[in-house]
Amino acid sequence: MKALRLWTIHNYGLLLAAGVFVFMFALYIANLEAGLNVRVVTTAANKAVLLALVAMAQTLPVLTGGLDLSVGMIFVLTNCIASAIVIGTPLEVGVGAVGVLGAGALAGFVNGLIIVYGRLQPIIVTLATGAVYYGLALLIRPIPGGDVDEGLAEFMTDTVFDLVPTSLAVLLAVVVLIWLPFRLSVLGRACYAVGSAEGAAYMSGVQIARTKLAVYTLAGLLAGIAGLMLTFVTFSGEASAPIGGTYTLNSIAAVVIGGTSLYGGVGSAVGSVLGAFILRTIDDLLFVFDLPPLWQPLFQGVVLLLAVSLGAAQVLRIRNRLDLFQ
Amino acid sequence: MNPIPGLRVRANRVDKAIVIAFGFIIVMLLAGSLYSTNFLSTAYLLQQLQIAAFLGIIASGLTTVILLGHIDLSIPWVVTVGGMMSTAAASWGEPSLAVPIGVFSGLLFGLVNGFGVAFLRVPSMIFTLGVNAVAQGAMVLYTGGFAPQSYATEFMRWLAVGKTVFGFPNAVLVWLAVGLTIAVLLKRTALGRYIYAIGNNEGAAYLSGVNTRGVLIVCFAISGMSSALAGVLLAGYSTKGYQAMGDPYLLPAIAAVVLGGTHILGGRGTLGGTVVGTILVSLLQSILSVMQMPEAGRQIIYGIVIIAMLLVYGRGKKVHG
Repeated sequence: MKALRLWTIHNYGLLLAAGVFVFMFALYIANLEAGLNVRVVTTAANKAVLLALVAMAQTLPVLTGGLDLSVGMIFVLTNCIASAIVIGTPLEVGVGAVGVLGAGALAGFVNGLIIVYGRLQPIIVTLATGAVYYGLALLIRPIPGGDVDEGLAEFMTDTVFDLVPTSLAVLLAVVVLIWLPFRLSVLGRACYAVGSAEGAAYMSGVQIARTKLAVYTLAGLLAGIAGLMLTFVTFSGEASAPIGGTYTLNSIAAVVIGGTSLYGGVGSAVGSVLGAFILRTIDDLLFVFDLPPLWQPLFQGVVLLLAVSLGAAQVLRIRNRLDLFQ
Repeated sequence: MNPIPGLRVRANRVDKAIVIAFGFIIVMLLAGSLYSTNFLSTAYLLQQLQIAAFLGIIASGLTTVILLGHIDLSIPWVVTVGGMMSTAAASWGEPSLAVPIGVFSGLLFGLVNGFGVAFLRVPSMIFTLGVNAVAQGAMVLYTGGFAPQSYATEFMRWLAVGKTVFGFPNAVLVWLAVGLTIAVLLKRTALGRYIYAIGNNEGAAYLSGVNTRGVLIVCFAISGMSSALAGVLLAGYSTKGYQAMGDPYLLPAIAAVVLGGTHILGGRGTLGGTVVGTILVSLLQSILSVMQMPEAGRQIIYGIVIIAMLLVYGRGKKVHG
């Protein structure tokens, strides 16, 4: 019983995000004429999984107290690479897909190298590498185009056994096969330790350099998976700065809504997935409630602002104002 | 340990950043002059300063926020708000109020930013992002998603593209005025001391009796007003406001502040550094476009140069417990 209570306290943000998402999605389904069916869920999932993966990528650096402003650009870059090499014979498609993921991981690894050995602030490093990755994407796709293996793309955006959207299954696989093993490993623990108190972690013998390198590489890999999924959805590659920028910024919003602290050390990638789902459901809700299109951006902005201000409730509970300045 | 040597080291590091950044500017100009002799002509240099002025005004305001250890991501759409509201005021038949109304609307958004960060204690990174989205939504609603059908006033055009003294662009004079005001504020007023104090240790500043909330709000208000002022000038430059006119300015502004030696986590840096950083960033962009480098190569070189320069002088200390 006590364990459950502790777990609840530790995962307060996560549970809150889950509650908000369930409520919003129920509201969406209730107001949708078609009601709940596999088609509706698949369409919603295909859109939401992209942001969910990018948000998971963003979570890892944030947990160490850093930030990755290049996730959106790695997402765009891997999308462009995928539109060029994930086509042909099954073998070529397979090698191409692995190549795309490798490129994402490599981009993240480069971020990590510069941050760790250059001893520069993550926010400014990833700002600059983001420009480089966008430039590389433009080199590959000066104009939108390219193609991807149709069979694979259709499979990935359809459903498994007419029951579960494949994209959701992919997301689940990423959580179970990448996030959970990472979280339970020494590396995952080190990641939280570095985010809580880097100096103390160093004194306790945590391999800070190795941890950060792994975290940024993993972030690049996750953004690469998202870029590959985007290619399956759009059947093409586009080097678009607005797409990269929007995904980067929305990923930060999703991370915060999912209960992860931007100061590091607290949170989880699962929360970020829920945060991403919440952000996407807001858009869908605006659609079913038939809000005039011109009002939508303002409404989205206000909802985003309110959502991130929810955390402000803790300011009212605090007893000593000094606790605010940690 | 005597605190004075520590202080001196800190001052030296900032100076070093400015000196090296300045060196990069000279090198870039010389390299450019190998490509075309125009690079060293007064006309070209003045034109560069005029283009840099928009970025410079934004970066000056942003410096106060970064010195606090915060960041203002609402710049893109606050710039647009400034541009659109000033031309709107002109079309409502109040041309004389165009500039004040533009700057005032930026002040409003800055105050909202400050309120969220100071009182709600939401991290500035995410709160200003939300305010940016709200500003965008408000402008889409106001214009219907198109460029508004209103034009800049004569005065705005004069401010942005006119020249008065010795062919010196007015926009540069505006930049000079904004920069000097903020530099004096940082160096010669109690508020300036408070800004550095909060950037170094907010809790200590609070315990020393500094009204930390007030300082936060003032700095975000300054950043909002500078962004909006740059938007007003931009509208004057292109004769009208348009959607997303501020988008190309956020990342270069952050880069300008950081390349000028201001620490991204706050507490260290000078406005002079930001001015040098601004010239550096805008000259780099200009040279890359003059060399008719395709967009892809421009982005790659831009990113690599920023990292390379930071590696030369922006490195942090090793972690030692």
